[in-house]
Amino acid sequence: MAMNESPASPSSIDVTQVVAKSRNYWSTVLDRLSRDPVTLAFGAILLLILLSAIFADVLAPADPFKTSMIKRLKPIGTDGFPLGADELGRDMLSRLLYGGRLSLVMGISPVAFALVIGGFLGLVAGFLGGKINMAIMRTIDVFYAFPSVLLAIAISGALGAGIVNAIISLTIVFIPPIARVTESVTTQIRGLDYVEAARASGARSLTIIRAHVLANVAGPVFIYATSLISVSIILASGLSFLGLGTEPPNPEWGLMLNTLRQSIYVSPWVATLPGVLIFITSLSFNMLSDGLRTAMDIKL
Amino acid sequence: MFAYILRRIVYVIPIALGVTIIIFGLVHIAPGDPLNAVVPPDAPQETVELLIKAYGFDKPIPVQYGIWLGRAIEGDFGISFATGRPVAEAIASGVVNTLVLAVGAILIGMTLGCLIGALAGYFQGSWIDKLSTGFAIAGVSVPHYWLGLVLVIVFSVEMNVLPAMGMGPGGSREWAWDSEHLRHLVLPVITLSVIPIGIITRSVRATVAEILTMEFVQTLEAKGLRSGRIFLHVVANAAPTVLAVAGLQIGYLLGGSILVETVFSWPGTGFLLNDAIFRRDIPLLQGVILVLAMFFVFMNLVVDILQSIIDPRMSRG
Repeated sequence: MAMNESPASPSSIDVTQVVAKSRNYWSTVLDRLSRDPVTLAFGAILLLILLSAIFADVLAPADPFKTSMIKRLKPIGTDGFPLGADELGRDMLSRLLYGGRLSLVMGISPVAFALVIGGFLGLVAGFLGGKINMAIMRTIDVFYAFPSVLLAIAISGALGAGIVNAIISLTIVFIPPIARVTESVTTQIRGLDYVEAARASGARSLTIIRAHVLANVAGPVFIYATSLISVSIILASGLSFLGLGTEPPNPEWGLMLNTLRQSIYVSPWVATLPGVLIFITSLSFNMLSDGLRTAMDIKL
Repeated sequence: MFAYILRRIVYVIPIALGVTIIIFGLVHIAPGDPLNAVVPPDAPQETVELLIKAYGFDKPIPVQYGIWLGRAIEGDFGISFATGRPVAEAIASGVVNTLVLAVGAILIGMTLGCLIGALAGYFQGSWIDKLSTGFAIAGVSVPHYWLGLVLVIVFSVEMNVLPAMGMGPGGSREWAWDSEHLRHLVLPVITLSVIPIGIITRSVRATVAEILTMEFVQTLEAKGLRSGRIFLHVVANAAPTVLAVAGLQIGYLLGGSILVETVFSWPGTGFLLNDAIFRRDIPLLQGVILVLAMFFVFMNLVVDILQSIIDPRMSRG
């Protein structure tokens, strides 16, 4: 996980050269991406999932909350129910489309929050070093002593069910790994010659962080965070599956899996659909993260 | 090396204490009066007063923590709401049942992960390499609770060849080595093993690929060793890394099996946690999490020490 190789230190700190170089860098990244059909394909799938969740109210053929006792557990391909109906006779296709909203929000937002908090902690620890580094990193070590699923369930279990509580607990789960990666990258960059040079020439800490450290830390940490979204999607739906996240009747993929599980002997295949979407979403984030990492030439 | 081992053991103590602080804190992040979190709602008045005294809720929080920690070290995690029995009793049988699952899954994960990973790393770019990479990524991206459900649908609902839930006939809660219990083990173990297979395959492939670029491999080749023998050298060098990954995976599986246990109604720690969540039984929640987290810390320590014994270079870091 830790970076083994430090980025090559630029021989000159001429700002114009750095800017020219970075423009060149991004065109190289785009060029590499355009020649990677697998990453592009998964990116397109992800975009499709995002768009269908955003425009669920336009795309959904039926009201996702409308129950119907006579239409209960219709199999896939029933007239008027292209993906079947759930245990309360609600249209599965509509619920899956709407379900994407909550599942994606609950999966992505914890990583985004953790990126801000963990990134800040790691930056501070890595840049300042010394006792502050010790205090932050040793506290983080304690959270590392929990397997992530267990920590999420412990905090969520104590806080109780609810979307906000699930997001809080997952944010706490993802702060330590992000802080650790940020700290390790920051520590390496802090030791580079050009940062030393900036310091020697009298630049203040904040200026150094903004001008030299942040730009170099952002890439690797961002890529690392995108790979965590894949885990977060699975965990968020997992919490709902346990009854800790979303509460009924809200459509959410994990919760839908949980309620449909009771009726697998009547309507087995409909019950698997929400899981298929969780799988595809998680897989797509993983593949996209891998592809971006290769294209941006980042070693984590 | 002994100095290193000693240093590692000493280093674990503050981590373990930190873990207990977090778990103790769970009572205080639970909404409402912490008293409501540890006392059953229908408890008679004298029991409530007894518990206030026992937990020290009339004392400052650091003192409460001290009392709680002292009792936890003695194995007293309080009384479960759900059963009215000591939490420790429930945990003891749950841990054994979860271990059965986790050890089974890690054995499958080690065998398949090492085999596929080593072949993929040795024959880089071949079809087996591509297949293993795809499988490894799918393995870490799949929601295993869903995979369990799919396996149940295929093998229990559609084909009716394997049991869908429980650990043995008649809702057995005690593991036994007979054919019925083993039949119940198949689906949950396969479901749980998907994650370690993916992760071990990935790390074995990376380790083998890295070792193959090292100079000593070229030396062996130059000396005229056949590829089979070279492979053995590579395996010996990859062992410490693989061991570390596998050791950590056991810890992860103990914690991660909760969702799989829920799918299969497997009477282990995950099932206990589920019960604790459903009934808002905080003492049970704390007890189970504490035991699983401590086991994870302990596995980390064991892995580090074993690594330093196998490969003395590790202890010099």
